[in-house]
Amino acid sequence: MFEVFGKTQIDFVGKRYFFFALSTLLVALGLFSLVQISRGKANLGIDFAGGAAIQLKFSQPIHIDAARKALDDNGLKHAELQQVVEDNKLLIRIKKQDVVEQNVRERVQEVFSKAFPDNQFVVESSTEIGPTVGQKLQSDALVAVLISMFCIVVYIALRFEFRFGIAATIATFHDVFAVLGIFFVLNKEINLLVVTALLTIAGYSLTDTVVVFDRIRENLKGRRKESLDQTINDSINQVLSRTFNTSVTVFLAVLAIYFFGGEVIHDFALAMILGIIIGTYSSWFVASPLLLLWRKRVGVLKRA
Amino acid sequence: MKKGIRGRIIFILVTVFVSFLFFLPSTPLYSKLPPWWGKYLPNKGITLGLDLQGGMHLVLEVQGEKAVDNTVDRTVGSLKGSLEAKKVAVQSIKREGREILLSFAPESKEAVSKVVDQDYPNFVIKQSGAGEVVLALRETEVKRILDNSTSQALETIRNRIDQFGVSEPLIQKQGANQILVQLPGIKEPQRAIALIGRTALLEFKLLDDENPIARQLPPRVEGDEEAKILQEYQGKIPPTDQILFERVVDSETGKVTKRPYLVKSQAALSGDLLSDARVSIDQFNGKYVAITFDPIGAKLFEKVTEENRRHRLAIVLDNTIYSAPVINEKISGGRAQISGSFTTQQANDLAIVLRAGALPAPVTIIQNVTVGPSLGQDSIEKGLKAGVIGTALVVVFMAFYYRFSGLVADFTLVLNVILLIGALAALNATLTLPGIAGIILTIGMAVDSNVLIFERIREELRAGKPVRLAVNAGYDKAFLTIVDSHVTTLITAFVLFIFGTGPIKGFAVTLSLGVIINLFTSLVGTKVVYDLVINRRKVERLSI
Repeated sequence: MFEVFGKTQIDFVGKRYFFFALSTLLVALGLFSLVQISRGKANLGIDFAGGAAIQLKFSQPIHIDAARKALDDNGLKHAELQQVVEDNKLLIRIKKQDVVEQNVRERVQEVFSKAFPDNQFVVESSTEIGPTVGQKLQSDALVAVLISMFCIVVYIALRFEFRFGIAATIATFHDVFAVLGIFFVLNKEINLLVVTALLTIAGYSLTDTVVVFDRIRENLKGRRKESLDQTINDSINQVLSRTFNTSVTVFLAVLAIYFFGGEVIHDFALAMILGIIIGTYSSWFVASPLLLLWRKRVGVLKRA
Repeated sequence: MKKGIRGRIIFILVTVFVSFLFFLPSTPLYSKLPPWWGKYLPNKGITLGLDLQGGMHLVLEVQGEKAVDNTVDRTVGSLKGSLEAKKVAVQSIKREGREILLSFAPESKEAVSKVVDQDYPNFVIKQSGAGEVVLALRETEVKRILDNSTSQALETIRNRIDQFGVSEPLIQKQGANQILVQLPGIKEPQRAIALIGRTALLEFKLLDDENPIARQLPPRVEGDEEAKILQEYQGKIPPTDQILFERVVDSETGKVTKRPYLVKSQAALSGDLLSDARVSIDQFNGKYVAITFDPIGAKLFEKVTEENRRHRLAIVLDNTIYSAPVINEKISGGRAQISGSFTTQQANDLAIVLRAGALPAPVTIIQNVTVGPSLGQDSIEKGLKAGVIGTALVVVFMAFYYRFSGLVADFTLVLNVILLIGALAALNATLTLPGIAGIILTIGMAVDSNVLIFERIREELRAGKPVRLAVNAGYDKAFLTIVDSHVTTLITAFVLFIFGTGPIKGFAVTLSLGVIINLFTSLVGTKVVYDLVINRRKVERLSI
C-alpha cells in the first residue's frame, strides 16, 4: 500500500485555540468584505454593479497605457483594463456610474479604430448590464446562499444531531467567507461566476466535513474510556488520507481549469482552488474541534 | 451472486450504449448517419450555449407606462374626429397625464357625454363642470394595457426576428415586463439590436406650412443641435403642432445634418393600417420602401390625399421624418412609398419593422451579452484541453496511489464522463463554459467515493480481514457517508439551478447530473470489477 500518511496521531484538537484565532481572522476579513460589498466599495463585477465589459482582440500587440490614454481622451475615464498578452487581447470594464450613454460597445470600437488605425481588432465579446439587473442579481445571489445554507443545516441536523449541523454550517460559512475575504484583499472582481464558485465550495466543504462527522459518530458508538477530545482526534486521523486524497483529485482538476480553461473562468478556478485548500483545512482544524466548544456549554455529546 | 454480476455488467453496458446513442447527434458523425436514424433514434444532442457558439443574449424591458400614455394620446386624436363627425363644437382637447381635458360651450355638454359614453367605454368622466369635462382611463384598462404590452411586444419582436432570419432564436417573457432574446451565432449584433429595439411607429403627419413659424425654421442644423431648436421654438408654435427633424446624409461627405419641419401633432394616418412593406429600386437606382395599406388604410389614405392636395405629408417613423413629399393628386389603391437615403440593408430592415408592426411601447435593453464566434471556438478548445489535462492528472494520481484499485477507480471515472455526456445529450441540455468547468469538477469528484471506499477497505485489510470480507465491509461502511456527502452537494447544485441564470444554470445541471451519476458508478461500477476479480478465484492480496 502506498500512503502519504501512515498511521498518524496528530493532535488536531489540542491546537484548536490557535486555529480558532486564525479562522476568526479569516472570517472577520470575509465579513468585512461583505460589508464593503454591500456598500459598493468592493470590486464588484458588472453583473452586480451594472456597466459594460468588452473584450477586444488585436492583430498586433497593444500597449495598455496607450489604450488607457485613448479611452481617457475620449471621455471613457475610469475604465479598468486588463491585458492577455500572448493573445493580444484587451479586456475593458466600465462600471455603470461612469457610463453616460447607451451603447458603450460602439463608442469603444470608435475610440480604438481612430486611435490605432493600423492595429485591426475584433470585438470578441461584449456585455452590457443595466443597474437594475445588477441589483436583482445581487439579491438573488444572497437569497441563493442563504437558502442553500438553510437546507444544508436541516439535512445535517436530520442525519446527525442539531449541533453537528450547526458546526458544519459554521465551518461552511467559514470557508465561504474566507475565500470571499481573500478575493477582496486580492482585489479580484466579485461576479456571478465567483458566487457560483462560492456555493460550490460550500457544497464541497460540507462533503468533507460530513465524512469526518460520520466517523466521529461511528467512533462515539464504540467509545469506552477515551475522552471526547481523543475520539475526535482519532476520527480525524482515521480519515486523514481520504480527506487529503479527495482534495488532491479535485485540486488537480481545478488546477487544470485554472491554467488551461481560459480567462473567462480563471477567477472561478482560483476561487475553487482557495476553497479546496481552506475547506480541507477547516474540516481538520475547525469543524470537528467546534463540537468541543459546544460540549462545554451544553454538556457531553450523547452517544448516538 | 454470479448471475447478479452478469446482470450488472449488462446494465452498465446498456447505459454506456444508450449514452453513445444520445451523444451521436452532437458529433460531426451525425451527418453521415442513414436518414432513418432521426426517425427512430435520438436526433437532438447537446446544444452549445451562447458563450461557446457565439451569439447574443438580450434582456429587454418594455416601457408599459408609455403604452398607456400612447393610448390616451391616440384617444385625444380620435375623440376630436368623433366630435367633429357628430357636429359637436369643442374649444380644446388636451392631454394631461392620463387624463383628457375637454372644454366646450356649456350647451354641448350632453352631446359630449353621449359621445364619450357610446364610443369610449374605456374612459370614465371623472369631473364635469359647466363647460368642461375631465376624462380618465379606467383602472382596469390601464392594467390591461400594461399586461398586454409585454405580450404584444414579444409577438412583434418574434415577427421581426423571424423575418431577419436567425436559426433557433429563443424569445420568451421573463417576469412581468421583460423579454429575453437569445440569438445564437449572430454575425451583426448592432444591426439586430437596431432592428429589435426600434419602436417602429409609422405615422403620416401633415406639414403646417401656412404657419409663419414654418418659414422661420432654419433649413439645416447640425446633428446635435436638435434640442436647441426645440427649446427655442417651445411656446411659439401652436399647441396642435410639433417640430420634427429629417435626417439628411450628404452623399459625398457622409455628413449628417437635420432638417426641421413644423408638422401637425395629430397623425393623419398610422402604420397599423399597413398590410405590406417591401424594398424596391427606383430609376436612379435608389432604394425605397413600397408600402401597401389594408382596405381601411387605403380608404383613409385616399381621403387624406384628396383633402390635402398641394400640401406636404411627412412620413414619420419613431419621430424621425423620412421624407416629406408634396401630395400632387388623390392617391387611391392604397399604395405609397417611403424614400430616403437608404442603403439596401437599411431599406430591408425598415421593411421588416414595418411588416412586423410597431411595438406597443418602447423597449430598453437592460442586458446585452454578445460573444463573437471566434471566442466561442476558443473557449471550447480551452475547455477541452483543461478537461483532458484534468482527467489525465486525476487518472495518473489514482493509478499511482491505489495501483490496481486506482485503475478500477479510473475505469469508473471514464464511465462517469461517458454517462454524464450521454445524460446531457439525452436532456438536450445546453453546454456552457461554466458547464464544462462543472464536468471537469465532476471528474475531480468522481473518484471521491472510490477514495472513501478504498480507505475503508485498507482499514479492514490492516485489521487483518481476508480480501473478500474487507471489500464488502468497505463498501458497506462507506455507503452512508457517500450518500450524505452526495446529498449535500446536490442541495447546493439545486439551489444554483433554481436561482442561477444562463451559464450558471448550465453549471448546476452538469454538477447535479455528475453527482447522481457518480453515486451510481462508484457504488455499482467499481463493485462489479471487484466481484469479478474476487469471485473468479481466491484472491490472497489486493492491490490497493
